[in-house]
Amino acid sequence: MTTPASSTADNHAWLRRQARWSPYELAFWLAVLIPFWVFPTYLTLASQIAITALFAVSVDLVLGYAGIVTLGHAMFFGLGAYAAGLLTKAGWGEPLSGLVLSGLLTALVGLLVSFMIVRVQHLALLMITLGLGLLTAELANSLGWLTGGTDGLQGVDVWPVFNHFEFDLWGYTAYAYALAALFVGVAAARRIVHSSFGLSLRGVRENLNRMPAIGSPWRRHLQIVYTISAGMAGIAGAVLTHTTETVSLDSLSFQRSADVVVMLILGGTGRLYGAILGAAIFMIARDQLSDMNPQYWYFWIGLLLMLVVLFMPKGILGGLSGLLRRLGG
Amino acid sequence: MIARIAAALTLGVGLAFSAQANAQDTVKIGLIMAYSGPFADTANQMQAGIDLYIAQHGDEVAGKKIEIIKKDTGGPKADEAKRLAQELVVRDGVDILAGFTLTPEALGAAGVADQGKKFMVVMNAATSIITEKSPNIVRTSMTIPQLNTAFGKWAFEKAGVKQAYTLVADYAPGHDAEKSFAKGFTDAGGKIVGADTSPMGPPDFSAFVQRIKDASPEAVFVFIPGGAQPPALGKALAQRGLTPPDVKLLAQGELTFPEAIESMGDTAKGIITTFNYTMERDDPTNNAFVKAYREANGGRSPDIYSVGGYDGMHLIYEALKKTGGDTSAEALVEASKGMSWESPRGKMTIDPETRDVIQSVYIREVKEVDGKLQNVVIDEIPEVKDPLHGMAN
Repeated sequence: MTTPASSTADNHAWLRRQARWSPYELAFWLAVLIPFWVFPTYLTLASQIAITALFAVSVDLVLGYAGIVTLGHAMFFGLGAYAAGLLTKAGWGEPLSGLVLSGLLTALVGLLVSFMIVRVQHLALLMITLGLGLLTAELANSLGWLTGGTDGLQGVDVWPVFNHFEFDLWGYTAYAYALAALFVGVAAARRIVHSSFGLSLRGVRENLNRMPAIGSPWRRHLQIVYTISAGMAGIAGAVLTHTTETVSLDSLSFQRSADVVVMLILGGTGRLYGAILGAAIFMIARDQLSDMNPQYWYFWIGLLLMLVVLFMPKGILGGLSGLLRRLGG
Repeated sequence: MIARIAAALTLGVGLAFSAQANAQDTVKIGLIMAYSGPFADTANQMQAGIDLYIAQHGDEVAGKKIEIIKKDTGGPKADEAKRLAQELVVRDGVDILAGFTLTPEALGAAGVADQGKKFMVVMNAATSIITEKSPNIVRTSMTIPQLNTAFGKWAFEKAGVKQAYTLVADYAPGHDAEKSFAKGFTDAGGKIVGADTSPMGPPDFSAFVQRIKDASPEAVFVFIPGGAQPPALGKALAQRGLTPPDVKLLAQGELTFPEAIESMGDTAKGIITTFNYTMERDDPTNNAFVKAYREANGGRSPDIYSVGGYDGMHLIYEALKKTGGDTSAEALVEASKGMSWESPRGKMTIDPETRDVIQSVYIREVKEVDGKLQNVVIDEIPEVKDPLHGMAN
């Protein structure tokens, strides 16, 4: 029997242990630098994987940790992309401040939307997020004078990063830039999920009815995480705008919202790195498969998804870590 | 610091590799198209045109072997197209970027063609501005203003339509079509009595058609995407008695593709369309093309997309012959400028100033020939240029 005071101290020690960077993580962050030297012709793909991974991490925060099922997160991704693009069109092409501003704007929109999101669950939640996503896409389509409609935004002109590194044809700057954004995003997400706030989110996911009973302001918690996630998705979109200097309606599409959920399921939800792994597998598989047969590559993604769901219900990363634990005894 | 040096080294090695690839006796052409997704059919028709040209003319030009690398964008994705173009240039070492089913794809890749100094051939995407994005871009398809401005003028001057109503789908090509038709029509002296936009979703045209009936125009100009919409509109118009010849129905050629005519049935009769290619046009070059195309594609007929791909390959082959195998963008663009040839669509020329197509615009009417409805050419407007180039400046 422990006294309440010492149990709090224990809990904090436990949280700190959880939050410690593991050797696997360090190995991972070193490994992602390899493409710079080994695959210099794949850097543009690598940069898009990093962007997609950041987007997937933002969705993992709400879907994997807080249990908010969403089919409309591309709404924030696209808003961030358009915000960054419009900012450069307005004459301010500095990328880093562009990221911050786009992130703040999407977080604000996320905050407004969150009032609606926390009121519904399950199927209704799915419909609300889906509907909001479709509405935003249609809005961007009809505001042709602002967004360029189906032709995409024209005249996006991004200045070099730190006024020095131009976005080159090979993608060196693009990959470094996207990777830095991903790292900051993951570090922030780690901080969130390994805090008591993160624990209360998991509580909401596991048992919504008990949270009010133990006095947790769960609605406010969900709103906060949804706002953060929206801002992060917006930053991912802004990075895409900066590295490609294009923005098209596709950044808001339902396809993008759905693909990111597929990635999360592939990699494993609720474990951050699962989101990154899922994004990497999805994008690399798509690149390789569509090279083999540009018409029917989605067939293989579907097959892979079914196999993963059937045999590794916790996703590839979940399956692997389960395997490791069993081997370790 | 070490990272920077290493990066510079790899860049150097990579460049050396790609230079080596260029020195070999192949010309690599990277095709960026929407092979999957909702526009896959368009891309496949383009590809069939490209394949047919290579099958007919061999895969060797000016002593070099032609190698095709296909990349799928999955739809109107500018970022995807840009990445694929970058990879084609730095990884695969392609000499020419080509294809481009949709405008966003072409606009996404335009920057790469410019930065990487690659010759870029747009075989379908139809927004005017594309060729203005880089001096290395040449187009072999058409533009919406090219077809519809001439059509508007024709409607007033030749068909005797004094006032018309426009109904277009609510997306960029629809808006372009509406503007350019109205410009051609009103400049000639006609009057637009009403303009409406219809949603892209599931088709229900009854309310729109009622409004058209209330305005009682002499003609209706429509621009709607293919698929389920044309037959639905045809039926709605027929139900309210707005059919040719009482009310003329004017449109761009996609409305009366063979499959669309089939699903519209008799309501298609009398629809007048504008297009730069007509499969039924009786002409030896075209007849031979249609025959060969059907044989190669299990009976499927060629359409405007097939011709865009076919002529795009022709342009690449002829330009390479002229430069003697030199694949630099500058040489190829120079060789393309002013090039003129007899295509299945008729005579076409690459405008030396805008690098866009100059071609005949055909006015066709759906008529019954030997018990089958088909597009019959009723007039030809020769040597039409895109009217928008240079307007922005």
